[in-house]
Order: sequence, then structure tokens, then C-alpha cells
Amino acid sequence: MSSYDGTADRGEARRVGYHAGWRDRRHMADRAVGEMVSKRIIVGYGFWIFLLSDIVMFSAFFATYAVLAGNTAGGPGGRELFDLRNVGIETACLLLSSFSCGVASIGAIARKGSWFYGGMTATLILGAAFLSIEVHEFVGMVAHGAGPTRSAFLSAFFSLVGCHGLHVTAGLLWLLTMMAQVFAKGYRADILRRMLCFSLFWHALDIIWVAVFTVVYLMGVAP
Amino acid sequence: MSHAEPERDSQYSDIAPGYGPGDEQKPVVALGGYLIGLGLATLLTIVSFFIARTTLVWQPSIPVALAVLVIAQMGVHLVFFLHITTGPDNVNNVMALAFGVLIVFLIIAGSLWITSHMNHNMMPMDQIMRMQR
Repeated sequence: MSSYDGTADRGEARRVGYHAGWRDRRHMADRAVGEMVSKRIIVGYGFWIFLLSDIVMFSAFFATYAVLAGNTAGGPGGRELFDLRNVGIETACLLLSSFSCGVASIGAIARKGSWFYGGMTATLILGAAFLSIEVHEFVGMVAHGAGPTRSAFLSAFFSLVGCHGLHVTAGLLWLLTMMAQVFAKGYRADILRRMLCFSLFWHALDIIWVAVFTVVYLMGVAP
Repeated sequence: MSHAEPERDSQYSDIAPGYGPGDEQKPVVALGGYLIGLGLATLLTIVSFFIARTTLVWQPSIPVALAVLVIAQMGVHLVFFLHITTGPDNVNNVMALAFGVLIVFLIIAGSLWITSHMNHNMMPMDQIMRMQR
């Protein structure tokens, strides 16, 4: 790197100057091409920043839940309310849908219709199954007098899990939009960028669900 | 700077998160990563659900085990589904992730820490009720 001897630096500079011909110019051009960032990378990076901000928002809901988890105000707690068999099915649905979403994104990049449409349809069915189980659980809890107004614990529970459910709903609408766009416009570069963002969104939802089923359900029923 | 440095740098442009290097290859090759991720995530999920209800282990260790398992599973999802790796083409993605994790940690740990102190200092509920009467 640096040299204590001034003459060595000058010698280096002279040698670089001597070579500053077509060879160096081509090298600089190669380097510029290497450092030029494609639109796909910028879009993916920007969406990654958005996802991280979404995760930061979820962390506030998690913090609220963790603080209020014990404040049941004499009402039912997690051990009475949560059915781990349901949660297991929900987790399986979301995990498999993450995989099928991966299949769909491979299919989009490789322009294989069967992979793309098959993966997207499987993701749609699994996501809808997850949502219907969750809605069924919520309706049952409200019917048994354990709605969000019952206690601080239940308010925090419904905000956190409901917020994730709303994200899944938005994701399903986005999924249908992506299928329609690929069907109508084909595997265009801009459509593929949107597909990249959608798959990132869907995988991030699964990561949040992993935290939800551990923090809310498993720790809620753990002795 | 040595002469070799710029040449090596030029190979490492950034890649988008969620876009694995395998995606440029045959779809079957790219599918392999997702299959590994699915297998590991399934394994960790099953262990989590088993640990939460088991009576085989020392009970106070269960929340710690669950915390370790959830962090491991998030890592599996990040690497195999979102393709966030430690490669030199992923430095920006990892730096953004590290900042996000810092903020998440501050919010959750800070909230728990502060409220536990406030709970500790709070007057017992029956005394508050008596004063309001």
C-alpha cells in the first residue's frame, strides 16, 4: 500500500503513467461495466429496504405483545385459547407456500409457464387456506367472549396476528395481479422485477410468521 | 493498491436480494436450494413444536430453546429463500439487514427492559383502586 520511501511512489506513478494507453482505458471501461448496477438490483435493493422497514414495524407490535402478554385482566390466557394443531397446519401451509413461491419465481426467470402458473396457483391455495384457518380461529375466539376488547393481552394478540393476516391478504391480491400481468404481458423485464419483489414479500411474510408462531403460540402454551 | 485489486473488484457487482446465483442456471439446479431450505425449515419447525410441549427437558430451558430455534429458522429462510448470503456481491443487502436487526433489537429489548422496570416500581393494583375511591 503506502511506502515510507518517496522514490518508490514516484517510480510506481511513472510505471502507471507509462502504461496509460489503450490497455488501461479498456481496463477502466471493463471496470465501469462491472460496477454499473442493473435496474433489477436497484429495484430489489429498494424493496429489501422496504421489507426491513416493515419488519421494524412488526417489531413494535411484537414488543407491545411481549409487554402485555401477561395482562389478561382475569380473562382467558394463551393456554386456554390456542390450539397448537391449528397453528401447526397454518405453519405448514405458509412454509409450503414459500416453497411453491420459490418454484414460481424460478419458473418466471426460466420462462416456464408450467412452473410459474403451477407454483403461483399452489401459493394462492396454500395462502388462502392459511387465511381461512386464521379467520376461523379469530371468529371462534370472539364468539367465546375473547375478542380484542376483553384484555390488553387480547388487544395485542389481535393487532399482531391480525396485522400479519392483513399482509397475507395483500400478498394474495398481489399474487393474483402478478399472474394476470404475466398472462397478459408475458415475461417482460419489468414484470419479472415485480415478480422478484412479490417473492421477496412472500418470503418475508413467512419469516414474520415464524416469529409469530414461536413468540405468540408456542411460548404462550409453554409451561 | 496492488494491480490485481481492481480486476478482482470488477467481478463483484451487487446482486438483488431474492435472486440466487443458481437462478441463472437450469431451473432444477435453482430448485435444489429451495428444497434444502424447505427441509431445514420443516425440521426446525417440528423441533419447535415438539420442544414447546415436551416434558422431557428442564422446563426453564424451553423458552431459550425456542428462541434459538426461531433465530435459526429465520436464518434458514434468509439464506435459502431470500438468498441473503455472506458473499461479496451481497454486502449492501447484509448491511441493510444488520441495521434492521439492530433497530428491531433496540425496540423489543428496550421496550421489555423499560416496562419491566416500570412494573417493578408501580404501586400494587389494589392500592391504586383504593386511592381512586
